[in-house]
Amino acid sequence: MSSLDQQHLDHLDQLEAQSIYILREARVRLKRLGLLWSLGKDSNVLIWLCRKAFLGELPFPVAHLDTGLEFPESYEFRDRYTKEWGLNLIKDECPPIEMTDPTLPPGTRVAARKSLGLAAALEKYQFDGLITGIRRDEQATRAKERIFSPRGLDGSWQAANQPPEFWDQFTIERAPGTHMRVHPLLAWTELDVWRYIQREEIPLVPLYFAKDGKRFRSLGEIGITFPVDSNASTIEEIIEELENTRTPERAGRSMDHEAEDAFERLRTTGYL
Amino acid sequence: MAPAATLAAPRAEAPVLAPRKAQAPYPIVIVGHVDHGKSTLIGRLLHDTDSLPEGRLAELQKVSSQRGLELEWSFLLDALQIERDQGITLDTTRIWFKTAKRPYVIIDAPGHREFLRNMVTGASGADAAVLVTDAERGVSEQTRRHAYLLSLLGVTKVIVAVNKMDLMGHAEAAWQAVKDEVSAYLAKLGMQPLYVIPLSARHGDNIATRSQQMGWYQGPTLLEALDLLTPPAGRADATFRMPIQDVYRRGDRRMAVGRIETGRIRLGDKVEIAPTGQPATVASIDTGRGDGEQFARAGQSAAISFIEDAALARGQIIAPAGHMPHLALALRVRAFWLDSEPLVVGSRLTLRLTTAEHAVVVEKFERIVDVENLNDADTQELGQGGIAEIVLRSAAPIAFDPHTDLPITGRAGLARGTRIVGGAVVLGAAENAASVKGPVTAVDSSVDRAAFEARNGHRGGVLWLSGLSGAGKSTVAMGAQRRLFDDGWRVLVLDGDNLRKGLNKDLGFSPAERLENVRRVAEVAKLMAENGSVVLVSLISPTAELRALARSIIGDGFHEVWVKADVNTCAQRDPKGLYAAARDGKIAQFTGVSAPFEAPTSPDLVLDTAEFDIPTTTELLIAHIRRNLALDQADGHAVGI
Repeated sequence: MSSLDQQHLDHLDQLEAQSIYILREARVRLKRLGLLWSLGKDSNVLIWLCRKAFLGELPFPVAHLDTGLEFPESYEFRDRYTKEWGLNLIKDECPPIEMTDPTLPPGTRVAARKSLGLAAALEKYQFDGLITGIRRDEQATRAKERIFSPRGLDGSWQAANQPPEFWDQFTIERAPGTHMRVHPLLAWTELDVWRYIQREEIPLVPLYFAKDGKRFRSLGEIGITFPVDSNASTIEEIIEELENTRTPERAGRSMDHEAEDAFERLRTTGYL
Repeated sequence: MAPAATLAAPRAEAPVLAPRKAQAPYPIVIVGHVDHGKSTLIGRLLHDTDSLPEGRLAELQKVSSQRGLELEWSFLLDALQIERDQGITLDTTRIWFKTAKRPYVIIDAPGHREFLRNMVTGASGADAAVLVTDAERGVSEQTRRHAYLLSLLGVTKVIVAVNKMDLMGHAEAAWQAVKDEVSAYLAKLGMQPLYVIPLSARHGDNIATRSQQMGWYQGPTLLEALDLLTPPAGRADATFRMPIQDVYRRGDRRMAVGRIETGRIRLGDKVEIAPTGQPATVASIDTGRGDGEQFARAGQSAAISFIEDAALARGQIIAPAGHMPHLALALRVRAFWLDSEPLVVGSRLTLRLTTAEHAVVVEKFERIVDVENLNDADTQELGQGGIAEIVLRSAAPIAFDPHTDLPITGRAGLARGTRIVGGAVVLGAAENAASVKGPVTAVDSSVDRAAFEARNGHRGGVLWLSGLSGAGKSTVAMGAQRRLFDDGWRVLVLDGDNLRKGLNKDLGFSPAERLENVRRVAEVAKLMAENGSVVLVSLISPTAELRALARSIIGDGFHEVWVKADVNTCAQRDPKGLYAAARDGKIAQFTGVSAPFEAPTSPDLVLDTAEFDIPTTTELLIAHIRRNLALDQADGHAVGI
């Protein structure tokens, strides 16, 4: 018996295998899949896993909900890897801020443009399944999510009435006009994502790495995403930093903190 | 605007054993009756192990005081507004922490009976459970129900927390009473608690620090008990099972993809594919680790190809040669039910056993369990949250393992349509049921399919026309048959009404008989299609389950055609006078009037006879058949146009 045969599956192997299982299940059960690519580390991991799951191909489109407010480094990254990974990229512009709910706090309104962009993409491309990179450890309402999460006609999340999900048996409702969110990274933590990026050598937007004492821990739009103080300029240093930090990952995201329920309101109306 | 957040300097008390490599967090579910203190216990556990993220305690204090409450630990997990406003946990959630020994993920589960589906969702992901009980009130209804569900979910490592000891003066007798009660109940389920810990979550006694008030207790604190749990045994040494999730084609190679649930496999291994038992030899293995993979093992998602040209399909189970799963047409299962609409004898369900889906009918309840005392309940239906032993009957053989042998291929989700509404562990094949005695060896036809098809100039296939009575199924089928026949096609019509005068004349219209009706027609259609014929089936087949059954029997050549017309249009046409009779109550269970018709959600073809006339819809059907079944010129035979 070879050493590989005896080798125990480690934690990253288990996470990878489970995510691949979920992606393949989505492909069997949903006809018009799309993957939401924020250009951030988590959705890069997602694309990486898709290419493994589908034996080197990505058999559905990848959508970047473009607000026009990404960092230049992010656009550069998008254009390079769209080519390199052979992605079928959708990059429609999100509707302007004037179209968002004016009762939301300002930073939340910027994020709400993405919800509108998402609704427009759903309408235009008729997706019945959207794969996104959200994780339970990011945020308390995301911790309550299902792996296959049904959305209502208006894209809304029925947080208080979710289907049971056990033994990898998923409820997949496909009422006309509605879609499912698929969350292959739900069980991963921020550290898992970084360790996997390290192991697989997955490329990233360079803004994650410290420059002049600052780095982005969570990457979003200019104006509502802020860098944190850090000297971690390599993946190894980032992993070490995260093993010892007590600051939450999304501390640099203003929309999470403007009101107690700001993020939940975003989410129940269709945000990721 | 939020200021730039600062990453804190490393904590003063550096972790004793910071794992350098990613270590899987040990998943623990916290269960128990509502108000026995689950959320408070978790909050306290995180606080006392110094695991709360920065700013979280302050945020908790703020939202608690906004609601006029003292520090409310439950808000840590009850993140939804409705949960905070109503003071209850609706849904399961997860939170991470670590001890010096290892990381954990704590799964919180709601205690209300109406949120049992969420409790099951949470608990199914756990390796061990903390069952929280109340020292004052003892074991309550949901304590028992949760314990029973833990046993069905296979979560048998249970730590019992006897909470609120402060309300009982920290008296040993109070702890002993709960300990005796809960141990007796668990024993009836074949479980015994690993530890029964007296504690007070509100004050932090025996959570992370030993209680000063309960010197009489010699056992571990909750945190110590967690660190004493042993990891689950690996599944790689069990018998090999890989349920097929999908079939991918790469070049001319077909690969079965899926997750290896148990055992291991290597290149050259001889396998059998259940339920048909066809033999195959492993030619390649791909788990995404690069070229030249030789092995794969339990837990990995793999793509496997075979030397032989095996017929692969989702729902089959790859097993070692000579070690196939059992096969049966009826199963005894122990089930839990989560739907608000009760389960009764005759209910139709989809049994989802790994990736296989079987249309089944509840044949009988062997017993419905009274969860209070584990005696037989005096009821004929299984309500929400109920547990029962049931016989489920299928039209096609089900491949399974008894759950005591191999848990993963011995359990199943129960679905109504696409909704998961319950779960079941398989006890075995039902007694007196006509079990299939091993794989049946088929005799090969002396003329193979390709030869039939070359002579006919077209492929064989089945066009399954479903729709209401009067929608025009038979008319369209007969019209298409005539035209194709005139063009030299080999084409047959299987008409539901005609078949009920012969082959199916012993069958009525109960759910089980409709299932058998569809099964027979599908089997006959399949035989004809295999001999190169185009078969037009005209059958109401009112439910998605019935059509799924037909699809599963016929396989690749199955085309679902919805002959669409609304019930009013059909009733106006009423060619056989059936609608009038049904309205007069002369026909029970008449589809569209007194029995439902589930519209196909993703048919291969829709023929809308209310919108278009019969010649047009007939043309559409013919065009679909030519497009899908005619052989190309390159295939060596002219297409009959």
